Amino acid sequence: MSTKFYPLNIMKILVCISHVPDTTSKINFIENNSKFDEKGVQFVINPNDEFGLTRAMWFKEKQGASVDVINVGLADTEPTLRKALAIGADKAIRINSDPKNGLNVAKQIAHIVSSESYDLVIGGRESIDYNGGMVPGMIAGLINYNFVDKCISLEINNDSITAAREIEGGKEIIESKLPLVVAGQKGLVKESDLRIPNMRGIMMARRKELQVINAIDEDNSTCTVSFEKPKPKEEITLVSSDNVGELINLLHNEAKAI
Amino acid sequence: MAILIYAESENGKYKKDSFEIASYARVAADKLNTSVTAVSINADDPNELGNYGVDKVLHISNDSLKNFNAVIYADIIKQAFESESSNLAILSSSSNAKYLGSLLSVKINAGYITNVIEIPKEFDPLTVKRNSFTNKAFEYAKINSKNRQLAISKNSHGVIENKTSIQIETFEVTLASSEINVKSTEKASNKVTIADAEIVVSGGRGLKGPENWGMIEELADVLGAATACSKPVSDLGWRPHSEHVGQTGKLVSSNLYIAIGISGAIQHLAGINSSKVKVVINNDPDAPFFKAADYGIVGDAFEVVPKLIEGLKTFKSQNT
Ligand SMILES: Cc1cc2nc3c(=O)[nH]c(=O)nc-3n(C[C@H](O)[C@H](O)[C@H](O)COP(=O)(O)OP(=O)(O)OC[C@H]3O[C@@H](n4cnc5c(N)ncnc54)[C@H](O)[C@@H]3O)c2cc1C
Ligand SMILES: Nc1ncnc2c1ncn2[C@@H]1O[C@H](COP(=O)(O)O)[C@@H](O)[C@H]1O
Repeated sequence: MSTKFYPLNIMKILVCISHVPDTTSKINFIENNSKFDEKGVQFVINPNDEFGLTRAMWFKEKQGASVDVINVGLADTEPTLRKALAIGADKAIRINSDPKNGLNVAKQIAHIVSSESYDLVIGGRESIDYNGGMVPGMIAGLINYNFVDKCISLEINNDSITAAREIEGGKEIIESKLPLVVAGQKGLVKESDLRIPNMRGIMMARRKELQVINAIDEDNSTCTVSFEKPKPKEEITLVSSDNVGELINLLHNEAKAI
Repeated sequence: MAILIYAESENGKYKKDSFEIASYARVAADKLNTSVTAVSINADDPNELGNYGVDKVLHISNDSLKNFNAVIYADIIKQAFESESSNLAILSSSSNAKYLGSLLSVKINAGYITNVIEIPKEFDPLTVKRNSFTNKAFEYAKINSKNRQLAISKNSHGVIENKTSIQIETFEVTLASSEINVKSTEKASNKVTIADAEIVVSGGRGLKGPENWGMIEELADVLGAATACSKPVSDLGWRPHSEHVGQTGKLVSSNLYIAIGISGAIQHLAGINSSKVKVVINNDPDAPFFKAADYGIVGDAFEVVPKLIEGLKTFKSQNT
């Protein structure tokens, strides 16, 4: 693992931002079901990344750190990066590439992380559109950073970290060292701590740097063939509230669920 | 060219997920005319995997592997993958499997697809159906690389018995180093977790307050189910955050999901769409949940649930 000069330098944090349809969006596909239909869709910072960005702002304000944000995407993701700048990030980086798969994204980001020697990379547990759940772990794997998945709390003291990871039915407390990648999710910060950009933040964001970088190699290890929407559901079977026995009967004999 | 699965165990016992991915790998192996090898760390009885179609187990028994470590475990699976000259690794979607999965895919140079819900439609190139858009759509994804890795969604294939004459081999491994140290684990014991549960009983704001959760717990008890809740319920502190289900909470892929006093907002439904059978109990016939569920009762939860508990007790006493 590379030697770090932290805490002589302040900690350098990079937050990965994926640009996703708002949670209430209607999901439709175009071009023979090969592409997501973006028409009329509102895009937002991936909720898991918003938790991470908020934690990064805490480190910046309470412990001293620089916070950059990064997205691998085409120019249409820039408003989402600007929003992250308005929330308080110092600088945004967009790698100009239409992401084909998780590894593709991870390779682009890993390259920047190692060339710019970030100490801490915060991504999300998964993006709510493609749900790969893989990019942060792949970044860590590619450049040999320590990695905590499903991270629900993170404390840093010099180059030592204490994190909690969600596991089935509980949590695990992990100690490790920088450099580190975490995949954050709900719990990393309180929801009431999430920030809506204010006017001053929005004005300042306009003057902050949004650097556009060309993509390195395009990974083609996996790709989408097509999308499909779930079949319309069959009509619900309603049972009278005076006859719960019938529900039990249906669940046992028809649905075979009990 | 065997298919390699990672058969996860906890305190020496295989997780149900391991039997499910073994069953899945068996079907895939039959189509490919190959065999299934499982890599297994500190399990008490590797022979058990022979009930679900595994041909060979690479058995590792090592005290220093008692605690899960994603880096070290991923490296072991890599060693097994290479020693079997495999080109297809199959994992479950447990927390640990997902944790090590992204590290493994980089180590073995495999195109990696998660949330897989069916046997591949084709193997050359491998094309498979997966959940995407938080269960609001499916994707057919293709792997172009020589090495391939899949993570199978829970309860998507099911556990299928298939006896094989299994061969157990002791597997010698070298342990990678890792700076990740697990200090402690906090786990609610003897409670079914949402992720592992076959049945989930979930309550919403319609239940009015935490004091009314007794009947939810009792219903869950009778069914051997896990308890869950909607987001406002955990935000209000009526229930722990670990029970919050939906787009921003846990994803449930149980066989049966029973929603009580939950309206059925799109963000809630996103978390449960991949559950097989959905039941709603709500006193408002216009609640959106009635459009998403398979069975429903329009009625007051405070009347319906106690009756349901009584009915199920009788049913259980007659059917076990
Ligand atoms: C970005 C974002 C993310 C979100 N993520 C999630 C998420 O992950 N999970 C989630 O759950 N929500 C999420 N939400 C919130 C979601 O939109 C809904 O507000 C929430 O799901 C409603 O919870 P509820 O159904 O328990 O409560 P309510 O909407 O208040 O519904 C209560 C229901 O109970 C019924 N009821 C009342 N009394 C009785 C009775 N006596 N018997 C039977 N039924 C009764 C009512 O008819 C009503 O349908 C999110 C929202 C946003 C904006
Ligand atoms: N195109 C992208 N640009 C930047 N970060 C991304 C991108 N896609 C995914 N990520 C990060 O990786 C996390 C997991 O994404 P995924 O593996 O796609 O589920 C997201 O929460 C982001 O933090």
